[in-house]
Order: sequence, then structure tokens, then C-alpha cells
Amino acid sequence: MNSIHDMGGMHGFGPIPIEENEPVFHHDWEAQAMALRMVMGAWGKWNLDAGRHANERLSPQQYLTLSYYERWITSLADLTVEAGLLSVEEIDAGTPRGKHDLGRNPINAEGVLNLLRKGRPAARPVNEPPRFAIGDNVRAINFNPEGHTRLPRYARGHKGKIILHHGGHLFPDTHAHFQGECPQHLYTVEFAARDLWGPQANERDVVTIDLWESYLEPA
Amino acid sequence: MSGDHHHHDDHDHDHHHHGSVTHSHLPSDPALRVKAMETLLTQKGLVDPAALDALIDAYKNRIGPQNGAKVVARAWSDPAFRTALMADATKAIDAMGFTGLQGEHMVAVENTDETHNVVVCTLCSCYPWSVLGIPPVWYKSEAYRSRVVIDPRGVLREFGVDIPETKQVKVWDSTAEIRYLVIPQRPQGAEGFSEEQLAALVTRDSMVGTGLAKQPGA
Repeated sequence: MNSIHDMGGMHGFGPIPIEENEPVFHHDWEAQAMALRMVMGAWGKWNLDAGRHANERLSPQQYLTLSYYERWITSLADLTVEAGLLSVEEIDAGTPRGKHDLGRNPINAEGVLNLLRKGRPAARPVNEPPRFAIGDNVRAINFNPEGHTRLPRYARGHKGKIILHHGGHLFPDTHAHFQGECPQHLYTVEFAARDLWGPQANERDVVTIDLWESYLEPA
Repeated sequence: MSGDHHHHDDHDHDHHHHGSVTHSHLPSDPALRVKAMETLLTQKGLVDPAALDALIDAYKNRIGPQNGAKVVARAWSDPAFRTALMADATKAIDAMGFTGLQGEHMVAVENTDETHNVVVCTLCSCYPWSVLGIPPVWYKSEAYRSRVVIDPRGVLREFGVDIPETKQVKVWDSTAEIRYLVIPQRPQGAEGFSEEQLAALVTRDSMVGTGLAKQPGA
């Protein structure tokens, strides 16, 4: 979706907020928000891409007003309600109507440490041979889906070159909407900065973007 | 600001929301907002508080840039490891015990005399958590995400890194589950250093590409 999260190339956000000796978390609630989001994700009621899309579905005004961890906790509440794990009425009341009926216990400390070690690999086998090879010239398609996508606006319609092939990876555009993993070949595509931004860019500079096969056409 | 006018009719995962369905139902103060969710989810039996503590402890005390620094130090001092890292970073990093969540698929990119690499995620804030830990505020900021792709040299100057016009800047926008680790150039004057001494020269920012490795004795 063409919303504010897709901000590559925008102007006006000011200087980079660099902080010397920055703590891991600035407030305890930030750590709690991170942890709540991750342990709730472990129920498997939504996936990483659906979680990212929940952040994108905040209105642009909300997105820019909320800090990073405020976005996390707000979209967690949205995901939890959409998954039927909590109701808006329970949120309003501040107390739940009884316990959940999922028939198992939430992830425990050992489960969390196991998740941190093993992660959630996104690589998947793909039956079709890759359409592109390293060195091929490609063009990022021009499209404007209303749903989740990982093809940033600033690359759409531009020519680039395949520099890495990562094999098959599950496809966020379907996965985020619970329409299946639909794995595709994933490539890293290098774009000349001048092709993306015009003559103000240094002629040597490049931007690389990780793009799925259906985002690309031969060029 | 209210975003709740659709909450009663639209709980599907389609594209018709105009913002959060719960935003106006939660306290506006962030600490209270998080506490409200934590209380609800814990009382509902959906969250084990010990799991929260374990996660926070891991990212506060074990999983951080000190892990990535060990990878870089080994790459600097062990040519066979460097070759393995550049060929298959996931496997080489796994052999050091640092594979994990948000580091499942790693690629190492090496700074050279010709090219300076810098990493961003313009669409959200993807970051190699398993080797660098929780991303800093600047990495997640709108300013960094919007600007580093269009004006990388200007952004790097704000970090005190001046890249000569004749050197290439390569910006890696992490749009998939590939996580990039920048291998900074080894500083002069660190000959004969142990891996441990070398690791102390490797800053978090140097592994994202917004900094350089520290000079010995600096």
C-alpha cells in the first residue's frame, strides 16, 4: 500500500537523531512493548508480514505521531482484536472476560530462548527454475497494490541489475494477507543512484533492493 | 485523533481500514498503553510474564553488537573464516553461535578502498538483531529511512563519515528477510592484535555502515 511507511527518498524529516551511548531501551515500557509483541506473535495467529502490515495500516497521521514502540503496541492491539484473542470491549473495560480458550499454554521462557536461537527462516523451496541470473538487466514493475508489498515506490519502473540470487523465499504480498506463502525466487537488484534520483546523485553510487521475481521483468 | 469509526464493521484483513481499530480505546500515555495491554493479555492467560523477562534479558545482556564485533574481528584475523563468511555468512555466523531471530539469512558486505556499504530498511526497520541486537533510535527514524537512499553522503557526514567523491557508496535497502552485516575496513596500526583486541575496535555503527572502525589507541 502507498502509505507513509514507504518513505525512501522523501524530504523534510530533518537531521538524523544520533545519540551517543544510547541505551538498549529508553523506558521500561519500550522493552515490555517489544516483548509483548514477540510473545503474542508466538501464538501463530499472525505472521511477521501480517505484523508489518498492521503497522502500515496505522493512518499516516498515527504512524508519524507514534514512536516506534508505540506503533508496536498499538498494532499489537489491532492484531489481537482481529485474531479474536481480545475484544474492543475488553480493551475498553481494562479486564478480560475470562481466560482464553486456545487449549494450550502461552510460550514460556524456554520457548522464547529457543525462538531466539532458531529464528523463523523465510527460505522455501521453489519448483520453477529462476527466471533471472546474476548480471541480468531487469526492470521493477510499476504497480500500486492496496495491500502489503515490499517493492518500494522509489524503485517502481526503474531499471536495475541482478547481483545476488537467494533462492526461494515466501512472498510477503500474499503471506501478510493469510493467502499462503507462495514462495518465489528472491534477488538483490542493484540500481544506479542516478537512475533512481537523477543527476544530483553521485555517478558511482548504487542502491540495492531485495526483490521477488514477480516484481521484476526483463529489461 | 480518532481512528475507531470502522471498528464495529471491519475486522477482516482487507484494505478498508483507515488507521488503527484500537488506537482510541487505549490510554494515550505510552507507558499506560503498554501496561493496559500487558495486564489484559496476562489476565487472559495469553502471556507468561517469565517469557517477557527472558526476552528482555536476552536483548539487554546477551544479544547485541558485541556479537557482530566478534564476527568482524575473526574475519579480519582469519583469512579462511573471511572467505567462508563472504561465501555464506549465515553458515559462518551460525558456526560462531550467533544465528537467530532476525538473522536467519545473513549476507556480509565488505568495505574496501573502492566501496563503502551502508544498510537501511526504508519500509520498516529490518536489522540484523542476532548479531547487532535491538536497532538504535536513529536507524528506526523517519529521517534515516527516508534520506539515506537519496542522500547517503549527506547522511554519512552527519555521522562524521566523509566519503570521497571518487569512492562508491552502496546502500542496501533490506526489503526481504536477508540481513546485511557490513564488514568495516581494518584500521591501520592494529597489527598483531588478538581477536578480542580487534573486536573492541568494531563499533555498532561501523557494522551498519554509518561509522568506521575505531583507530587503535583512539
